[in-house]
Amino acid sequence: MPVLSDATRASIREAAGQYPPGRQKSAVMPALYLAQDDAGHLNPEVLREVAELLRLAPVHVAAVATFYTMFEKAPHGKHIIDVCTCVSCQLLGGYDILAHLERRLGIKPGETTPDGRFTLREQECLGSCASAPVLQVGYRFHEELTTVKVDALIDELLQEGADG
Amino acid sequence: MAERKVLLERYDVPNIWELDVYRRHGGYATLDGLFAKSPTDWVEEVKASGLCGRGGAGFPTGVKWSFLAKGTGKPTYLVVNADESEPGTCHDRRLLERLPHQLIEGIINTCYAIDAHEAYVYIRGEYLEPYQRLVQAIREAEAAGLLGKTVAGQDFPLRIVVHRGAGAYICGEETALLSSQEGDKGQPRQKPPFPAVAGLYAAPTIVNNVQTISTIPHIVRHGAAWFAGINLAPESKSPGPRILSVSGHVQRPGIYEVETGTPFEELLYGLCGGIRGGHDLKSVIPGGSSMPMLPKDVILQTDTSFESIRKAGSQPGSGAVIVMDETTDIPTVVWRISRFYAHESCGKCTPCREGNPWSVKLLRRFVDGTARAEDLRILVEVAEAMEKNSFCPLGIAAAWATQGALKHFRHEFEARISHASAIAAGD
Repeated sequence: MPVLSDATRASIREAAGQYPPGRQKSAVMPALYLAQDDAGHLNPEVLREVAELLRLAPVHVAAVATFYTMFEKAPHGKHIIDVCTCVSCQLLGGYDILAHLERRLGIKPGETTPDGRFTLREQECLGSCASAPVLQVGYRFHEELTTVKVDALIDELLQEGADG
Repeated sequence: MAERKVLLERYDVPNIWELDVYRRHGGYATLDGLFAKSPTDWVEEVKASGLCGRGGAGFPTGVKWSFLAKGTGKPTYLVVNADESEPGTCHDRRLLERLPHQLIEGIINTCYAIDAHEAYVYIRGEYLEPYQRLVQAIREAEAAGLLGKTVAGQDFPLRIVVHRGAGAYICGEETALLSSQEGDKGQPRQKPPFPAVAGLYAAPTIVNNVQTISTIPHIVRHGAAWFAGINLAPESKSPGPRILSVSGHVQRPGIYEVETGTPFEELLYGLCGGIRGGHDLKSVIPGGSSMPMLPKDVILQTDTSFESIRKAGSQPGSGAVIVMDETTDIPTVVWRISRFYAHESCGKCTPCREGNPWSVKLLRRFVDGTARAEDLRILVEVAEAMEKNSFCPLGIAAAWATQGALKHFRHEFEARISHASAIAAGD
């Protein structure tokens, strides 16, 4: 019984077609992204299905999925907040931003709020060093942060949840 | 002194990422003359320009192209390294977001020169918005006949595929990038063979950085002599404009395109408006977090040419200039940098996999003031072991960050040695 939707399965086959004949292994990363978008996170069942679609050994797909940090192996909150604390952000208060979010959300990095709305994570360099400090929500940048800006962002995300 | 805007000249034009706008501002004009010359002529032109790779290693681009294996019976590939990940570096992201067509134009120019018909752009996963811009730009170019079975009506097919990374710094190393794109874990490979001989799918491959490829249309358009003349440092063999990401304690952090040889003093106190809040400058990392930091008196005698930075005891690296003022605690900065490399070590070789976490643990003691007297010696030994024995530049350069700090700011580490903690052995 497939876990992934027909549309996702079709997109994975299409992704494999982007690479030269016989090189469908190259599609493992695009396939994992597609599977993750569909299933929320990559559990062993999803990984097995990706392996089957690309005709790869399940252990290989699992090895790739666990090597890269952006492939989610466990359930997470609706909004993932990734706070950069690497050197350029560190110099301009990245750790203060992280501490502020810990207080505001009542969780530590790596944890999810009990209502399932937010997962907070401390991240390595996100590539926005000249606009530090920064964070991403669902890989969208929020730059030149202050605690006031962070509060406004959280309020906005909570509002979004209330509307939806 | 002003910036020398070449790649960033059109940066502020509204909607420059759209094909029509880019074309109205001279975009794709290189395609008029490109096919009139032979591919070999263009390789020679780029060689003569003196362009050196902008990604980190600084290898001459035209020379790299001339190393491509010929007559292998396999296709030649161009892989654009858009896996910008060295802490402090954020200009390729802006080139991708705002000027994706400049990159595509550079890919077309380069593929003609090296006779490649398939190009891949490996872009870091966290750059979701730049990825979407680039994919959109490629679709526009395809629809306009600039990519596909023919390029601008010429009998030259070209396809560009964008491949998203997924959060692994190591994939910025060219052979790790190729492993990743082939669908394996992103771990580096033994060189030789170099990618120019056996790269992607074991075929001849050129791997060049986003900024390097985005520079090519300007060389094609204005010629090698023009490019070689953009150089304020007569002794420098790395001419041209270069984009630097300036972050940290300056009044105006940002990305700045400057002529080779621009003094750091002018960059920091002129373009960037000086140090924040009236503070004094303490130290600058001139080329990304893994390059040795330099103290104020050294950096202010240095210019942005590769030669000057090397002479000063550091490396031009990725062009990320990280500025620290007098309030900065050096052990804390080095601890954080080291933590990055510990997190990003791919695990392939022992010196890097074990040395980085070990360094972090030692550096943490200096941050906390609980270091033992022998910790400084151990820190030096671990860094030396990493520098000498790591398989790829990640482990080697991670050691440089520590070594640079110890060379110039050793007293800050010594001041954190706690005699009490020496008794509480074991940790």
